[in-house]
Amino acid sequence: MKRRSWPLLSVLAFGYAFLYVPILLLILYSFNESRLVTVWSGFSFKWYGELLHNRQLLDAAWLSVRIAAVNATIALVLGTLAANALVRHGRFRGRTGLELLLTAPLVMPDVIIGLSMLLLFVALQQTIGWPDGRGFSTITIAHITFSLAYVAVVVRSRLARMDSSLEEAAMDLGARPLTVYLRITLPLIAPALLSGWLLAFTLSLDDLVIASFVSGPGSTTLPMVIYSSVRMGVSPQINALATLVVVLVALAVVVAGFSLRRR
Amino acid sequence: MKPRHASDEHRLSRLVNIGLPYLWLGLFFLLPFVIVLRISLAEPQLAQPPYTALWEWVEQGILQIRLNLGNFQLIREDDIYLAALLNSLWVALMGTLGCLLLGYPMAYAIATAPERRRIPLLMLIILPFWTSFLIRVYAWIGLLNANGLLNNFLLWLGVIDTPLKILHTQTAVYIGVIYSYLPFMILPLYANLTRLDPTLLEAAADLGCRPFRAFTRVTLPLSMPGIVAGSMLVFIPVVGEFVIPDLLGSPGSLMIGKLMWTEFFANKDWPLASALAIVLLAVLVVPFVLMQRLQQDDEGGRT
Repeated sequence: MKRRSWPLLSVLAFGYAFLYVPILLLILYSFNESRLVTVWSGFSFKWYGELLHNRQLLDAAWLSVRIAAVNATIALVLGTLAANALVRHGRFRGRTGLELLLTAPLVMPDVIIGLSMLLLFVALQQTIGWPDGRGFSTITIAHITFSLAYVAVVVRSRLARMDSSLEEAAMDLGARPLTVYLRITLPLIAPALLSGWLLAFTLSLDDLVIASFVSGPGSTTLPMVIYSSVRMGVSPQINALATLVVVLVALAVVVAGFSLRRR
Repeated sequence: MKPRHASDEHRLSRLVNIGLPYLWLGLFFLLPFVIVLRISLAEPQLAQPPYTALWEWVEQGILQIRLNLGNFQLIREDDIYLAALLNSLWVALMGTLGCLLLGYPMAYAIATAPERRRIPLLMLIILPFWTSFLIRVYAWIGLLNANGLLNNFLLWLGVIDTPLKILHTQTAVYIGVIYSYLPFMILPLYANLTRLDPTLLEAAADLGCRPFRAFTRVTLPLSMPGIVAGSMLVFIPVVGEFVIPDLLGSPGSLMIGKLMWTEFFANKDWPLASALAIVLLAVLVVPFVLMQRLQQDDEGGRT
């Protein structure tokens, strides 16, 4: 068949090295005794220890995780509804508009989303008195708004490729549409729902710019703490934190990947 | 009895499936832009909120509307904004080209790999995308520093004898952009290349076409939709990028996203930041419409 050409393979190898070497070095130096990231002075877990005693960072991490979980759950529901609309309801009026509204958040620069969300919240507070101050709820709402577009992409492609014979069989046997949807469709697209939820979760956990705009005093998220510490220069504690994040994410992706393949 | 019931349920399902996402995005995505436009026409003031109202009732029956075009005038007249905008477009263009040059061969190699290897190879492309963006940009600070790992490595190799200044230069921004956005280029390209009909290449080969020529005459033109989709996914967000130029770029060279951030957080000039957002949006409409058009053509062709 096809012979693989070596220039192509070497570009591929270079690409993977480009993607992974920085992350691997980051992980390696989280175990470095020295404060200097460039000098290896011995193996140590001490930065992980310091991480566990960094109250500010832990509080921020807890806030971020809670926001990410609420965000992922609501974005999953809304994104799945939007995917249903686009796959199941054919050419309804306003379809192009919905597609536009679902694509725009994917590419819209964060600074624009952040600023416009903040101005909306300020205007709402002035006119109807809600939200009273900014924090958990405003960050979550802002995150849902862009996360649901990503969820819609994931769920939509799964829904469109789905084999509809089981659904048709259930319909023929007299099951009602909602029952069919809940008992047949949702279990069939469960892997996509899982990866949509995880994607929304990590997107929220990762967001610095939008959260900076719509957060208030007392609601500092993890990326905001990381950002202010990184601006001061390289810090091994951040390396330790990065390692934990990478390990957790890799585990989640591998688990999700296996559950996807089993099906 | 039953059919009516089912059609009621269908109507309800339409209402929920179409209505709820519309409502949410209309309220929290579309409406905010109207407010941004409104505030871009206001003036900053030292109050809460820090901008003037556009209209007020001055006396019985007289509504006074004040539209301040000064922000847009300032953006047009002060060279710093034009320079920042042009620099943002330039960085986005270079970043997109970089992603394309590296991403196309990678996508091609993955798409032509044996079938059972494709998914793991693709997973490896997506995996970094799932880890924190901020942390991945941060990783490059340690690498590109004057006494960073890259310089130490090059010194050790003997390629250079004084450390290169890469961090806080435009080069570092390009590297950061390519690194962060590479998966966005590879995924649509891969999706496009796997859909390509292999018999076309066989036909070209049968007719005596050499592989390289077959690539430039058959594969490349057919993968154009993938190239455009990937390029837009990289280009549009990079124009407004903040984190990468802020952490890796030089303080002197400005990008529009960073400028917006400064006007907003440091100068507390919300109206000017809004005006910059409007200008940025206007610039991005063209590539966005191009992408949307292409996506719909693509779907039309598939179904």
